[in-house]
Amino acid sequence: MAANSQHVEVTLETMLESVDLAESIVMRVAEASGFSEEDIHKIGMAVREGVINAYNYGNQQNRAKKIGLTIEMSPENMTVRVLDQGKGFELHEVPDPLAEENLLRTSGRGLFLMRAFMDEFTVRPGPNGGAELVMVKKLPDAVSGNGAA
Amino acid sequence: MLQGTAREIGEVVIVDFSGKITLGEGSSTLRHTIRGLIDRGHRKIVLNLFDVDYIDSSGIGELVSGYTTVKNAEGDMKLLHLTKRVHDLLQITRLFTVFDVRSDEEEAIRSFR
Repeated sequence: MAANSQHVEVTLETMLESVDLAESIVMRVAEASGFSEEDIHKIGMAVREGVINAYNYGNQQNRAKKIGLTIEMSPENMTVRVLDQGKGFELHEVPDPLAEENLLRTSGRGLFLMRAFMDEFTVRPGPNGGAELVMVKKLPDAVSGNGAA
Repeated sequence: MLQGTAREIGEVVIVDFSGKITLGEGSSTLRHTIRGLIDRGHRKIVLNLFDVDYIDSSGIGELVSGYTTVKNAEGDMKLLHLTKRVHDLLQITRLFTVFDVRSDEEEAIRSFR
């Protein structure tokens, strides 16, 4: 099934409840777009980790700041963007959670999990500061090459 | 939401968890449960995750924190009956090399020194 192009944009409060909300929103869109149950779960988890990152590290749990969630569907893939209003960061500066010396750290696995669950993942500066996490999941038809006519 | 029910078999305490170990209430419940067991003198702890199908990075962090807490108290903590999703998460994060994971309760109990 080919997905129609869709654009969903949500502004989330910097609250713990926004994590579950973002996850449920993106999972509904993924389900409607024809992703498998496993991929829906992975997309949900990746977005969950992205919003946790924005909530905890980007916006430092500051209720005055917002988290931007954008979901774009194309016939080929789903692109999700999570934007915070923090100071921004460089992906290469984040410690590797798989390194032996970091295995017993109690935090620092979110970015790794986003990369693991999505087909593409990048971090870039937000248009007005902060960090924007961009993650892409390819639709099954696009992966197999069986595009709809 | 996460719920845990503890039962003792000899010196070993097994906590049967049900729900999600995620940022917020779930992680907090796990943290307080392990802390409470240590405070009550338990040093041989098994976390039965048979009914836990969802864990995020915060939940993983709490598992690691709990493990460290128990070890620092000169105890030992094991994980029992991981669901596939939790198993896969611990595998890709290399935490399978850290935790003692068991699939049989009696074997888990016997494995404590």
